[in-house]
Order: sequence, then C-alpha cells, then structure tokens
Amino acid sequence: MTLKIVASQCTSCSACEAECPNVAISEKNGTFVINPKKCTECIGHFDAPQCAAVCPVDDTCIIDNAYPRYQPAQ
Amino acid sequence: MQELAQHEGAEASIVNVEAVMQQVAEHKGCGTSGGSGKASCGSAAGSGDLPTEIWEKVKNHPCYSEEAHHHYARMHVAVAPACNIQCNYCNRKYDCANESRPGVVSEKLTPEQAAKKVLAVASTIPQMTVLGIAGPGDPLANPEKTFKTFELIAKTAPDIKLCLSTNGLALPDHVDTIAGFNVDHVTITINMVDPEVGAKIYPWVFWKHKRYTGVEAAKLLTDRQLQGLEMLTERGILCKVNSVMIPGVNDRHLVEVNKAVKSRGAFLHNIMPLISAPEHGTVFGLNGQRGPTAQELKALQDSCEGEMNMMRHCRQCRADAVGLLGEDRSAEFTTEKIMAMDVDYDLESRKAYQAKVEEERVAKVAAKQEELETLAGESSDIKLLIAVATKGSGLINEHFGHAKEFQVYELSTGGAKFVGHRRVDLYCQGGYGDEDSLETVIRAINDCHAVFVAKIGGCPKSDLIKAGIEPVDQFAHEFIEKSAIAWFKNYLDKVNSGEIQHIERGDAEIRQGALTAAA
Repeated sequence: MTLKIVASQCTSCSACEAECPNVAISEKNGTFVINPKKCTECIGHFDAPQCAAVCPVDDTCIIDNAYPRYQPAQ
Repeated sequence: MQELAQHEGAEASIVNVEAVMQQVAEHKGCGTSGGSGKASCGSAAGSGDLPTEIWEKVKNHPCYSEEAHHHYARMHVAVAPACNIQCNYCNRKYDCANESRPGVVSEKLTPEQAAKKVLAVASTIPQMTVLGIAGPGDPLANPEKTFKTFELIAKTAPDIKLCLSTNGLALPDHVDTIAGFNVDHVTITINMVDPEVGAKIYPWVFWKHKRYTGVEAAKLLTDRQLQGLEMLTERGILCKVNSVMIPGVNDRHLVEVNKAVKSRGAFLHNIMPLISAPEHGTVFGLNGQRGPTAQELKALQDSCEGEMNMMRHCRQCRADAVGLLGEDRSAEFTTEKIMAMDVDYDLESRKAYQAKVEEERVAKVAAKQEELETLAGESSDIKLLIAVATKGSGLINEHFGHAKEFQVYELSTGGAKFVGHRRVDLYCQGGYGDEDSLETVIRAINDCHAVFVAKIGGCPKSDLIKAGIEPVDQFAHEFIEKSAIAWFKNYLDKVNSGEIQHIERGDAEIRQGALTAAA
C-alpha cells in the first residue's frame, strides 16, 4: 500500500511536501498528490507516515488500498 | 522593561534633541499614557520614554507603536502556508475575502511574487513601512520560503522593516538566521506557560518527525517558545507576545504568561480576544467556546499593564493584509494585478511622504500636550470611555455611518489613553440609516459615554442619546486626543457643578464577524 491525499480535504498548505523522505509529494491542480511509485509509507524512515503526522486536516493523508502493502527491500 | 525604565531622564545625553522631545512627548509602545496616572509602558508619570535605538525601531511600525498605527501601514505576504502545530482556534480550510483573521488568505505567493507585491504596494502606499510574514501557516515551518522572501526584499526595498510572527516551536533553530536578516521585530504567539492549560488549546505539535499530543505537546511547545524568546531578546530583537484570550481556558492564566514573558525581556504583550464563530469551523467555534466581552478583555489587559507595554490596537489581521491597521487593501493587490503593474520604486518620494507624516505627528502631540495642561490641577476619580470614528492620522475624520470600526479611548484626569477598538458593520450604505446596524454599533460601543464623529445624521443621533451615548460632532477634523481632553474637561465641569450626574456604563460586545471590505 501507499498513502494518498484526499483532494477535497487538502488545504494545499504544502506541509507534507517538505516532510516526505521519498520526495513523493508534489502539487497538482491546486492540491498535493502522492506518487504511489515513490511512497514507502515512511517504513524504514520514521515511526509514522510523515504526511499524515503533519497534515492539519484529519483523515486526509490515508492508506490507499488500491495498492499492495509496501515491502521494504530485504 | 526594567531596563527601559532606567533610561528615564537620560535624554540630556542624547544629541538629537528634537527627536527626543518627540519621543518623550508621544512615545507609547501600546497606548497613550494617562489613565491610572502611570504611563502604559511602566515608567512613572506621563512621559513614557524609550532609549533612542528602540524608539527608532518602533516609531513607524504600526504593530509595535499604537501612535504609529494611525499613520503607517503594514503588509503581510502569504508565502508560508505550512504549519507545524494545530490550534483549536484555527481552521485553515476556511477562506473568504471578507474575513479578517489570522491564518486566512486568498492566495499563496512564491517568494518572487511576494517581492514584486511588496514593491507594488510600497510604490502605491508610501506610508507602508513594514513587511511581515505571518503565515497563513507558520513562517518558520517554511524557512526557505520565508528567508528567500526576506532576502529578495532586503535587496530591492532596503528601507522596509522586516518582521515575522511565529508559534515559536521552530524558533530556537532559526534565531541566528533571523538576526542575520536584520529582522528586528518578532512576534511569538504564547497562549500558556502551563502544559495542562496548553493541552486544552493545542491538540498536537509536529516536531522532529513526530506528532506529539496532549500535555507532552504543550510542554514541548512552551519550552521552545520561552527558549526562543530568550534567544531573541539576548540579541536585541524586539519581541511582541500575542496571546489569545479564551474565557474559562486561559483567561486567568494569561497573567502568569504575562509575568513569564516580561521576565524574559518581551517588549510588548498583545492579548487578543478569541475569534470563534461556528461558521469558521474551528474546534472552539464548533464546541461553543465563547470569546471575551469588551470589558473582560480590557480588565485582563489592565491587570497585565504594570511594567509591560500592552498592545491594544491589534486588528487580528489576515496573513495577506495590506494597508493601515483596520483597513485591508489586499484586494487591490492580487497576484494578477501585481504582475500587470509597472512598478517604480522611488525611495526618495517615499522618504518625502514620510517626512510629511512626521510633521503631522509632531503637530498632533503638541496639540495634545497643550490641551493636557488645561487638566492640570483637576482631581477626579472619574474614568470613562469614548468611541471615535477615524480614518487615520489621529483625526476625528470619519462619518458615523461610514465607520467600520471605532477607536476607544479611556479618559481621566491623566489624559486620553487608547484602550482598544471595536469593529462594526457598515451602518450607512449611502445615506439611509439601517436600524439593525445601528443596534450593532450601539452594542459594540455600549460601554462608552460618548462617540466622536466628523458628522452624524439626526436619526442615529437621537437613538444614541436614548441609549445613553452622547454623539459629539463639534470636533470634526480635529485631533482625537486634544478634542477628547477638551470634552472631558467640560464633562468634569458639568459634573462638578451638578448639571449632570456621572453614571457608569455597561459592557460591550466584541464583534466576531468579518470586517466588511466595501467602503
């Protein structure tokens, strides 16, 4: 899995962009989006996904069930 | 402030006598002297005084000098959208062009756009002397954008003062950079020094890659805020502390906050009323947390006003506000309009304009001093409030029906002291009075004995008299303080002769709604 940003809730504050250890977040059409190919759910970097931890709106950076769980390289 | 008080009487050693005379006569970091007989900035007697180097820093900063805010304008550029803490009085989703409160903007700017905007505004509004970065998030949660903006502006408009307003969490990490950009004014929002109180205001803080909640979060925040404050004052940077007064949560506690920040060298304390309309969607707005009444706010400000400057002219402006405090011209300077503007930044004409403003200020102070002398020898315990309709320059120059706010002065035998302002909706929309709006105005200035205006219609006049507020229009286009003192002297004479009886007034409401943009 990866995280995704609920566009309708995003305030476009950009706080997540700077915190992402994978540079997976960018601005698109006024809100921020997570590149699922780059997102690691912050596994191996931090205890919790940084985008969700810094996001000012609850339940806006959430797990995207459309993708399989991220597997860190062995 | 102890240190400032020690400079009393030191004026003889300062060479620029004229500047000193003006400083002695009119200094107030926050309000005019008088009231209880002691100056609002702690030094004894009526002439509050500041060391020259501090006066130079505050004399044309509208937020740091109550006196300056009648004459000089500020602007905020919204280059800092990210925030690192969550406050229960803030909701970043809500944006409306008519809404005037911190944390709200209509559009974000890049540092380059911000620099262009500053030049455009400074060329159009020559009395614009201060550029602040106040969000809409926290400037220090966006350090690259904030400092890039400062760098660009320092290059192109070196006469403009730079300042920033922060929650303080990241402050200790950036103090040296702030000092490096010659930022000499920093505001820290400190709502508590007790983490138990803080836990009711801040649901979480984000620090070193981790979200902290509850008391732990508040402890972290208060430690960082006070550390940052100490580091700034050690470097001679003037610090203003903003505190949001939340009745039942931190209202009594703010006296402790005041002591804590005073002991760490804060220059000015600004206690502001909570803004919590339900439609803003903040936690406090939704859970029914009320803001203080005008008299509750004033009582707390008065009780903190010992040796500490209290700011009472804060308009809690948006992170993209432009103009004099109390007005917002940001709609004239949207990115689209700025980019189309041909900007000619003329330092000389700005200087010439500002020299004229200084002449006006000197005249105003002289007029007040002269009038004040007529009160000498009067002794009375009477203290009362008056409301004034003004467009700026320290003059009674606004029509009652056109006033978007009233400035409130406290009158006593010590003189006239600015103690706050009251927002009101536009009462007059082109000649016809609207009764509901008049009621709104009366509720907002209900604790005042009189309202000073340049002009007022017959209907509102009689309604005000019925409400016990005397409409005063004989001082139209004259200086506020001089006129207020003259009126007060006359009032005292009438009370003494038994012609009228002095009656205490009730409380007033603090308006939560938008500052209507239409003029």
